[in-house]
Amino acid sequence: MQTQQSTPAPSLREKIATALEDQRVLGYVLMTPALLLILIFIAYPFVLGVWMSLTDKIVGTPGVFIGLGNYDKLFASDIFLTAAWNTVFFTTVATVFKAVLGMWLAVLLNRKFRFANITRATVLLPFIVPTVLSTLAWLWMFDATFSVFNWTLRWLWQVDISVFGLVLKENWGFFRGPLWLGDPGMAMTSVILVNVWRGLPFFAISFLAALQTIPPDLYDAADIDGATGWKKFWHVTLPLIKPVAIVVIVFSIVVTFADFQLVYILTRGGPNNETHLLATLAYQLGMGSGNIGQGAAVALFMLPLLAVVIVFQLWYLRREGVR
Amino acid sequence: MKKTEQHTPAPSPSSVTRRDFVKKSTTAIGAVVAAGAFLGGKAPAYAQSRKLHYLQWSSFIPDADTEIRRQAEEFTKATGVEVTVEMINQNDMTPRITAAIESGQGADVVLMINNQPHLFANGLSDHGSLMGELAGGDLYDWANGAVTVDGVARAVPLFNIGNAIVYRKDVFDELGLAAPNTWADYLTVGKALKGANLPVGQTLGHTFGDAPSFAYPLLWSFGGMEVDEAGKVVVDSPETHQALEFCKEFWDAACDPGGLAWDDTSNNRAFLGQTIGATLNGASIYFVARRKFPDLADKLAHVNNPEGPGGRYHVIGPRSPAIMGYSEQKDAAADFVRFLFQEDNFSQFISVNSGYVQGLTSKWESHPVWSSDPALGIFSTNAKYGRSYGHAGPWNRASGEAAEKYIVVDMFARAVQGEDPKAIAAWAQKELENVYG
Repeated sequence: MQTQQSTPAPSLREKIATALEDQRVLGYVLMTPALLLILIFIAYPFVLGVWMSLTDKIVGTPGVFIGLGNYDKLFASDIFLTAAWNTVFFTTVATVFKAVLGMWLAVLLNRKFRFANITRATVLLPFIVPTVLSTLAWLWMFDATFSVFNWTLRWLWQVDISVFGLVLKENWGFFRGPLWLGDPGMAMTSVILVNVWRGLPFFAISFLAALQTIPPDLYDAADIDGATGWKKFWHVTLPLIKPVAIVVIVFSIVVTFADFQLVYILTRGGPNNETHLLATLAYQLGMGSGNIGQGAAVALFMLPLLAVVIVFQLWYLRREGVR
Repeated sequence: MKKTEQHTPAPSPSSVTRRDFVKKSTTAIGAVVAAGAFLGGKAPAYAQSRKLHYLQWSSFIPDADTEIRRQAEEFTKATGVEVTVEMINQNDMTPRITAAIESGQGADVVLMINNQPHLFANGLSDHGSLMGELAGGDLYDWANGAVTVDGVARAVPLFNIGNAIVYRKDVFDELGLAAPNTWADYLTVGKALKGANLPVGQTLGHTFGDAPSFAYPLLWSFGGMEVDEAGKVVVDSPETHQALEFCKEFWDAACDPGGLAWDDTSNNRAFLGQTIGATLNGASIYFVARRKFPDLADKLAHVNNPEGPGGRYHVIGPRSPAIMGYSEQKDAAADFVRFLFQEDNFSQFISVNSGYVQGLTSKWESHPVWSSDPALGIFSTNAKYGRSYGHAGPWNRASGEAAEKYIVVDMFARAVQGEDPKAIAAWAQKELENVYG
């Protein structure tokens, strides 16, 4: 009893210090800053976006709850359905091209050749240059009247080529060249082309990093077994870089799906909505027309589609982790 | 005990214990949160100086921007109110205004275009007294309608930017062509121009100026319209079908096919690059030619939009300074708007624009600028043929949204790509009902 009386009660500071000695408490304390950032900059805008999509909010007004009214309107609009289809098409085609060409480029860059390091650094340039800047350059190259591609094609079309009097190519007359951003089919092709050009280095460098982790012994063993180049790629290279490839592809799908800058600068969704994506439509409705409720609904429409992709990625990574 | 001491690392000046780290982190986070709370809130009134932020588009006429900056400096000298003038691309104005209203901060005065006061009515001040004082009862009706929302003026219309068909007089003379008066004339002229490798240049892309300026009047001049006077969507009509059929014929026979991808600057470049012979535009092509290619400028002339069975029309819409609802400097902002309207200032503004802009009351029709250059006189008549988006219905938020979605422009873009006019009009009817409904 006497002993208990003589022991002073621990001060608040001491209590905190003791609590922090507990790993579980300390874990939460250390996690708090990151959690706060996520809550403020991700969770709050997300919840706000969900709420807005369920209201008839017009810029400057608080908006009234209308349930799924915005979604009803969107599904009744061909413009929205076109944009949704365009987004899926754009993402699928661009990702396939980026993955295939990125793999090809990575295999090439993995070889030993002169100026390999400079070449690898140069390949990264499209990814490093700010997208807005590089897309403006593409806009000029696709210009309907002054496209450098068309002027070159036109010159080649019209030039006579002859060697020692033998005509190899004659003047084929006037050639206008493709309407890169004016013809509906070409416009989507051009937008995908720029996206692939910009995203390819990310794939190539990621695949290259994965390739360099493969032990050379495996290739030696394959050589001894008489495997050809293609078989080595299929049975050795591909299985070993698959985990990296899945992560890179899923990441690219998410980013490509939400792409905005390319289309906004190149076509603003034209001609005739042929290049409108969900991101550009959401911006047009929310920021351009002041119809924030509908804009939020378009933006949120991307969520379930992307969620499927992300859940797949998490499932795959967890499965690989268990292995 | 001794053992424990041996395991304890010797403290070094740079080592940080877990406890220290947590303590310092907590302090730092506290400081950041406190700073954020302070910065996020409003500065105390006594710390604020009299400052105004004015946001407007970056004009195609550089001298016009210089003149506005000069007037802002004069205003500062006269009142002591410091004015920050910000000029950005017109295509970026709408998102900026939306963001400003939603966040409750940004420019105090914004130069609105067309019916933007309808789009942003809830974020703008009541301009009733300023309207009475500055515009009076002499204002053109369409300009009044652009800013009046539910009987309340949400901005004060200052000027309009007209448009007309600019064409190569020398080429017309060479080909024996006269300036077109009707759409049938324009088709004949366009065929001849295309035959001479100088076609009509016209955008049908997603761009705010030239595309709707062409598409809407073409629709109206054949008798088609988005909505009737009661606001009912009536675009799917025989008149619209005729307009679409004509547009397809006109496009194939007379136009540069590249126009589907053009923005508002593309036809300027094409005309000055001498790859097209006629195009609908503001007077900016003429000004640039006058400054940089005077020989070409001497060969240019302007004519109004052609007349169709339903009449002759131009898209028209005022530029109107609006005081934002969140502004804490409303009195100074109103003084600045008054300053822009001041007779000598506005007259000087019209002069430096050399006919690119028009005043919105009849007294400005006799401004000396209209007789200073015969090539520009036509622009003073725009107001006579002017209609706004949503004609024949009232100018409202829905007509702005329909324009922003390029529904009418895309009708014509689809037509020139060969789609069935009836199917296109039915599509537009459905999309417009979605917007107006």
